[in-house]
Amino acid sequence: MANAAIANGEPTRPNYGSISRDRTWALRWSYFFLVLFAIFFLMPPVYMLITSLKTSAEISAATNPWWISNPTLQNYIDLLSQNQFLVFFRNSAIVSICVVILTMLISVIAAFALARMKFWGSATLATGVFLTYLIPETLLFIPLFKMFAWVNEVFDVQLMNHWWTMIILYPTLTVPFATWIMIGYFASIPKELDEAALIDGATWMQTLTKIFIPVALPGIIAATIFTFTVAWAQFLYPLAFTTSTSELVLPVGIITTLIKGDVFNWGQIMTGALLGAAPPLIIYAFLMDYYIAGLTAGATKG
Amino acid sequence: MAQVTLRKVVKKYDEVLAVRGIDLDISDKEFIVLVGPSGCGKSTTLRMIAGLEEISDGDIAIGGHVVNDVPPKDRDIAMVFQNYALYPHMNVYENMSFGLKLKKTPKDVIDQRVKQAAQILDITELLDRKPKQLSGGQRQRVAMGRAIVRDPKVFLFDEPLSNLDAKLRVQMRTEIKKVHQKVRTTTVYVTHDQVEAMTLADRVVVMNGGLIEQVGSPNDLYHSPATKFVAGFIGSPAMNFITCQLEQAAGALRVRLNDTLSFPVPAERTARYTAHVGKPSLMLGLRPEHITETKPHTESNQHDFDMLIDVVEPMGMETLVYFTVNGREICGRVNPNAGAEAARSMKLRADLSNMHLIDDSTGKVL
Repeated sequence: MANAAIANGEPTRPNYGSISRDRTWALRWSYFFLVLFAIFFLMPPVYMLITSLKTSAEISAATNPWWISNPTLQNYIDLLSQNQFLVFFRNSAIVSICVVILTMLISVIAAFALARMKFWGSATLATGVFLTYLIPETLLFIPLFKMFAWVNEVFDVQLMNHWWTMIILYPTLTVPFATWIMIGYFASIPKELDEAALIDGATWMQTLTKIFIPVALPGIIAATIFTFTVAWAQFLYPLAFTTSTSELVLPVGIITTLIKGDVFNWGQIMTGALLGAAPPLIIYAFLMDYYIAGLTAGATKG
Repeated sequence: MAQVTLRKVVKKYDEVLAVRGIDLDISDKEFIVLVGPSGCGKSTTLRMIAGLEEISDGDIAIGGHVVNDVPPKDRDIAMVFQNYALYPHMNVYENMSFGLKLKKTPKDVIDQRVKQAAQILDITELLDRKPKQLSGGQRQRVAMGRAIVRDPKVFLFDEPLSNLDAKLRVQMRTEIKKVHQKVRTTTVYVTHDQVEAMTLADRVVVMNGGLIEQVGSPNDLYHSPATKFVAGFIGSPAMNFITCQLEQAAGALRVRLNDTLSFPVPAERTARYTAHVGKPSLMLGLRPEHITETKPHTESNQHDFDMLIDVVEPMGMETLVYFTVNGREICGRVNPNAGAEAARSMKLRADLSNMHLIDDSTGKVL
């Protein structure tokens, strides 16, 4: 057939369109929507930045909100020279770092046990870990109040109104999810790897520290970033459990000290929010690749 | 010095019996290959010797000591896995020395052993590379190197070549044999590839359904299989099985395939087979190489017959012809110049001196 067509002249070329043209249009549409989304999501931070560079008078004046007539760094200077803000920042930093360390210590070991050391009920337990993550934190703080009261009664330790209480509170949110990420990641490591280590003479702990942790490093970094973000941005627990100004963490501190009655100090609120958003942003920027690799690697097993 | 002994070893997963009580004696320095179809229990048996699976019943002894409850690291074994199982974050040197480091071996001893093993395997120039920078064959060498440096009592190989392409597999097969000739360590090797089993083993253990069908040298298994399973499993193309009857006619024993085809039983086998005359469910087993084209002069026990050829497969050095007897496809190996053609009749020759008579009801070769 084919030979006959060529023998009778040019082979026919039906018009199916062009693959490269299809691809170009697909790319154009992707760019269009990506730009749309980028504008949509970047608008609030840009607005925050603009507002933080204005004086209170300019903010309340009926001028173009997207334009700064008299740019000033006064909000930044005021905020950073206030001792209060630095205390909030310090509290947040210590809490977040401690929570990250605590969470990773617990969840890496827990995930290794649940993913690899097949014991009776390990699968059920793994699902259980995930289920605890699904319980909203708003449901937890009344029981937590009760527990704190009990601890105070029995051990005479006051957990209320201390920033360091957050170090034991936040892991209730971060440990289940970090463990879940790590279980997925460890499960994607071939079984033969730990068997080889076992035959080579490694104990379970050595298998974890010398094989699993180095191999699963992207997953561990992803879980670390997640934990830090949750700990840094946590609002509900500190709002409920701390009241004194010196015990506040950053997100609650900004809201409670910069809003006085019905007076909103918008310039400083925006400045505080921007400065508060900086640490996670910096971490994301450096570890973004690991974060994405970690999430996808956990999702698709082998 | 390490013999490996298995006594009535059983492996049960919940209610499924993976290994049903096997006995096996592996002598020191021997190369044993466990072969069988998937799910026959060969890998499970190997993993039980390694200590990666607990045994449900029976005893396993390495070097005269029962190791049932000894953890893998204390059994003094080394294992090479199908997917190599190299530690991805360590380079070749670190991969090979990991086990020795854990044992707190002095640094200079480690260095000497790694370099020696690298030399045996010809991977000295790869010592700084990471596993992902290596080809499949090189990874396999490193995995073997990791086993060699530990100087274990027993080497265990779990289908080590099945991830390699056909050409490399043949090359690595020779390599493994060479390494064994150099280091002379007792070796247990699992494969589903009967060619690998035949070429590597001192003795082959054919397993099926969690039981050992037969243990023997490659030649034993090939020429005197004990069961129909072994007869069919060893050899490629596989042995032909044709339903038949044994009949006594005028004092001579004949194998009758159907109304038109029957061959006299070789004289030396008459005594052995006489008891089975008239038995139902008998089968004639004949390897393809014992069905050839006809030749000018006849030797004893060779018989010519005409057959309509269904399919012809030229292989180069020989040509495979397929035809049908009693509804079964039968394969013969003929000379490429014998003029075999599909849908044509051809004069073929059966060499009955290599025949096997099988009782299909028990699966035993008679």
